[in-house]
Amino acid sequence: MKQEYDVIVVGAGPAGSTCARYAAAQGASVVVLEKDRDVGMPVRCGEAVSNRSLEKIVDIDPRWIAATIRRFRLVSPSGQIVEPDLGGHGFVLERRLFDYDLARLAVEAGAEVHTKSYVDGLLPSENGWQGVALQWKGERREIRGRIIVGADGVESRVGKWAGVDTTTHMRDMETCAQMTLSNVDLEDDACEFYFGNDTAPMGYLWVFPKGNGMANVGVGISGMASKQRAAIRYLKDFIARRFPGAGVLTTVAGGVPCAVTVDTLVKDNIVLVGDAAHQVNPMSGGGITSGMFGGKMAGEAIARALAREDLTLLQEYPRQWEKDIGAKHRTYHRMKSAVYKFPDETLDDIARKVLALSPEKRTIWGVFRTALRHQPALVWEMVKVFGLGR
Amino acid sequence: MLLIEIKPNTCDFCGCCVGVCPEDAIELQEAQISIIEERCTNCAKCVWVCPFEVLLFNKPQKTKAEA
Repeated sequence: MKQEYDVIVVGAGPAGSTCARYAAAQGASVVVLEKDRDVGMPVRCGEAVSNRSLEKIVDIDPRWIAATIRRFRLVSPSGQIVEPDLGGHGFVLERRLFDYDLARLAVEAGAEVHTKSYVDGLLPSENGWQGVALQWKGERREIRGRIIVGADGVESRVGKWAGVDTTTHMRDMETCAQMTLSNVDLEDDACEFYFGNDTAPMGYLWVFPKGNGMANVGVGISGMASKQRAAIRYLKDFIARRFPGAGVLTTVAGGVPCAVTVDTLVKDNIVLVGDAAHQVNPMSGGGITSGMFGGKMAGEAIARALAREDLTLLQEYPRQWEKDIGAKHRTYHRMKSAVYKFPDETLDDIARKVLALSPEKRTIWGVFRTALRHQPALVWEMVKVFGLGR
Repeated sequence: MLLIEIKPNTCDFCGCCVGVCPEDAIELQEAQISIIEERCTNCAKCVWVCPFEVLLFNKPQKTKAEA
């Protein structure tokens, strides 16, 4: 590890590695500091992505794909099943391999990646920050950097240290428990989502196939619901009911900030990306590709700012994020806030109404239109923001 | 006085608690977690969001004089 870099990226998840890759590609010296001993481990994620988003941001390697998803199965509290037309397909990833390869792409572009590197503070300078303090393999270190990227995930401490409010509100924190199961009988092309107060209050429970009789099964509930009962209890109950004969290969916890993007993505020479910047889609809780888009935009802006020796060019990143994704996420957040507290009767009523639609209207969009039919202003906003047909 | 307690050997180090902590009072390494007593205000948000019920809130015991 050198003493000085152009760019220090804290965190080697998909957003951090992608940011490092695009910054390094234009010749900047970039170091990625990962606190864990390995990249991509442990997997704290449902691992599902849409084909369309993923192929826009990276050349897809078939090794990353555990299953190809052609159907969504939404299960209401009383057990009604809605299968909306997806109008495309999705993947369940093997994130151990995926994250590893994204780090490799960063290294191929010229970045260094160091694991077991725990950043625990910023080094102040006259007009911003001049580096980070870290514990590296048990040793105290300080390294200098012209730009520091907080890609430190749900913890998001780099932002806090720089004075950006990155704390996630309790209601927006989806607290998750997830297991990898073996010996389960599933259709390999369908993702299942379960809703309801007894299964996943203010959130959902997912069953995603991973091939070979394996599945990624998890639950995310709002911090407000978790106050009464923890996520792990909902997950254990469900698995005992639905997959009594399954083997449990891993059990992990996680937290997903399902909020609007933080209002300050760039402060002085500090740049925030991924979960740390609340770039998760607040409706779905999916953050892999949106974090990578954030990382790419940030990495490109960093490369330009360094090339022209003008840090004000970093501001292109928040502008582009807002235009391409940020505005959409605000609408998603309003949609989530409108639906996530629906009582079971309302959810069952929505399922009944969607099942009564003609098959060509039974799309994801049709589901939301039905769910939000009492909020025409929000439906109109969805039409405008997503360019959807009425 | 710190009222939050971490149950030993149960934490999965996911960072959910760190994300909701308004005081940046939780130090979380790869397999190590601790609460920074000087910063913690005992707001208990970390206790409520923990997916694995690792954090506990110990209600302060009233002394005889207070009771």
